[in-house]
Amino acid sequence: MTQHIIAQFQLNYSAFQLDVDLRLPSSGVTVLFGESGSGKTTLLRCIAGLQHAPHGFLEINGKVWQDSQKNLFLPTYQRALGYVFQEANLFAHLTVLGNLCYGLKRIGQNSNTENFKQVIELLGIEHLMTRMPERLSGGEKQRVAIARALVLNPEILLMDEPLAALDAKRKQEILPFLTRLHNELKIPVLYVTHSQQEVAQLADYLILLDKGKVQAAGLLAETLSRLDLPQAQEREASSVWQVTVVEHEDDYHLTRVAFAGGELSLPALDVEVGTVLRIQIHARDVSITLGIATATSILNVLPATIREIIENVGGGQSVVRLQVGSLPLLAHITRKSVQLLNLQAGMAVYVQIKGTSILN
Amino acid sequence: MLSAEDLSALWLTLKVASLATSILLILGTPLAWWLARTESRWKSICSALVALPLVLPPSVLGFYLLILMSPNGIVGKLTQQLGIGTLPFTFAGLVVASVLYSMPFVVQPLQNTFSSIGNAPLEAAATLRASPLNTFFSVVVPLSRSGFLTAAILGFTHTVGEFGVVLMVGGNIPDKTRVVSVQIYNHVEALEYSAAHGLAGGLLVFSFLVLLLLYSAQKHTSMAQIK
Repeated sequence: MTQHIIAQFQLNYSAFQLDVDLRLPSSGVTVLFGESGSGKTTLLRCIAGLQHAPHGFLEINGKVWQDSQKNLFLPTYQRALGYVFQEANLFAHLTVLGNLCYGLKRIGQNSNTENFKQVIELLGIEHLMTRMPERLSGGEKQRVAIARALVLNPEILLMDEPLAALDAKRKQEILPFLTRLHNELKIPVLYVTHSQQEVAQLADYLILLDKGKVQAAGLLAETLSRLDLPQAQEREASSVWQVTVVEHEDDYHLTRVAFAGGELSLPALDVEVGTVLRIQIHARDVSITLGIATATSILNVLPATIREIIENVGGGQSVVRLQVGSLPLLAHITRKSVQLLNLQAGMAVYVQIKGTSILN
Repeated sequence: MLSAEDLSALWLTLKVASLATSILLILGTPLAWWLARTESRWKSICSALVALPLVLPPSVLGFYLLILMSPNGIVGKLTQQLGIGTLPFTFAGLVVASVLYSMPFVVQPLQNTFSSIGNAPLEAAATLRASPLNTFFSVVVPLSRSGFLTAAILGFTHTVGEFGVVLMVGGNIPDKTRVVSVQIYNHVEALEYSAAHGLAGGLLVFSFLVLLLLYSAQKHTSMAQIK
């Protein structure tokens, strides 16, 4: 992985400290995840230059935006970035088109470019151009705000909880657009959220922040399955796999998908063979057997190797990290089962997956 | 109905008020912006100074201005050195006094409207490559239209209505410093009640119409914002 984003910030308020030193991938979606007060928004604002961390170094694709040792701090308006705020923050005195062209005018471009057309199409806002922002729904506003940032062709897109101000229905309306962005954007995206669902759906790379410090940073699948982090022990703990559709079994109403190291059967999906999907497997939907169970109603039984066990995470539960093919998988099973089966790290076992959900 | 003297007083009043309002908008805008945004410890002192004319009897303000601008006053010495002469009892002196006297009526509405805009649109503009100055003219000014309108109208009408400061600083010189409010006073002193009615009634109607215009404009903009 090429690492072209270096972000180091130290900031010391009386009630809050931020101290991060990050190397981020220069493509894909990096999610900054944490509780409120963890410093994720502050970090994003420091990267945008909206907040000035007294000690900091920031380099994006070879360009230094801040270097406090050399007394360098580019003001926000000189940074080639796109920023999407929690509230859409559109200019109330301009139409949608006026909002979209605001930044373009300032970099000496107009709306007559291929990029502009693609962005409008990608976010589905062609029909809104002449409207004033007050006549848009919350979801439409946020789509315009994302488009307004993207038409500038920025080096990096920063998104600060773009869905947090929307109700559940509007969220569902926007998420598909974000997934499309995720698939089609070439530029790196830094996405702040405290929603596990958005992490599972959008993240390629995950950074966990806690009290202004980086708790963990790594590829999504690896970070989600790290047992030393609280995420793996929560009831909602899950693994996220990338799979490719290989075949539709119409008779059984099933779709077979392949992942790095095996295949799975999923309830029939209405997508073409070859489509790449993200699926989420909840740790509580995974069980472990020692031998291959021939008489079982569960379709997805896969060979796996146990990598790590935390026997007691409370409530009589254990967390097991397994490896299936080359992918990590979490299982929540009872402590009694761990002892009865005498499960140990390194053992070869079989996992039964009772259910999966499709993320996109 | 209006005599030549009345018309000359009216014309002079309009000149003073327009000039003072224009100067106030130019000086008051950056001052109001600073007051709306700053966290400096000088903020309270500046706010208090700007608001002084609201509570001070105009004669007190006029008295000190007269002393400051007199040949031996600090301002008077300065203007003399600059070759402008002294300001009391001149048109220029009247404008300077009006600017100070009407300052809060322009600065406060602007400060309120700037504060109400908040940080969000400014940050959005910064992420869209607009420099702070550019942001001010392309975002803050259009979003503050009703604030500017209120400030201009209040500044103008308040200057038209001033009396005490005018009398102290400007005196009562026809064509130079005799404005409408002073002319009305002259008429009343001379027991020319019908002539006083002509100007006073005119001023009353004018002020009412301007305020009506102001409030209907505000209602209109706030309705548009709701929609």
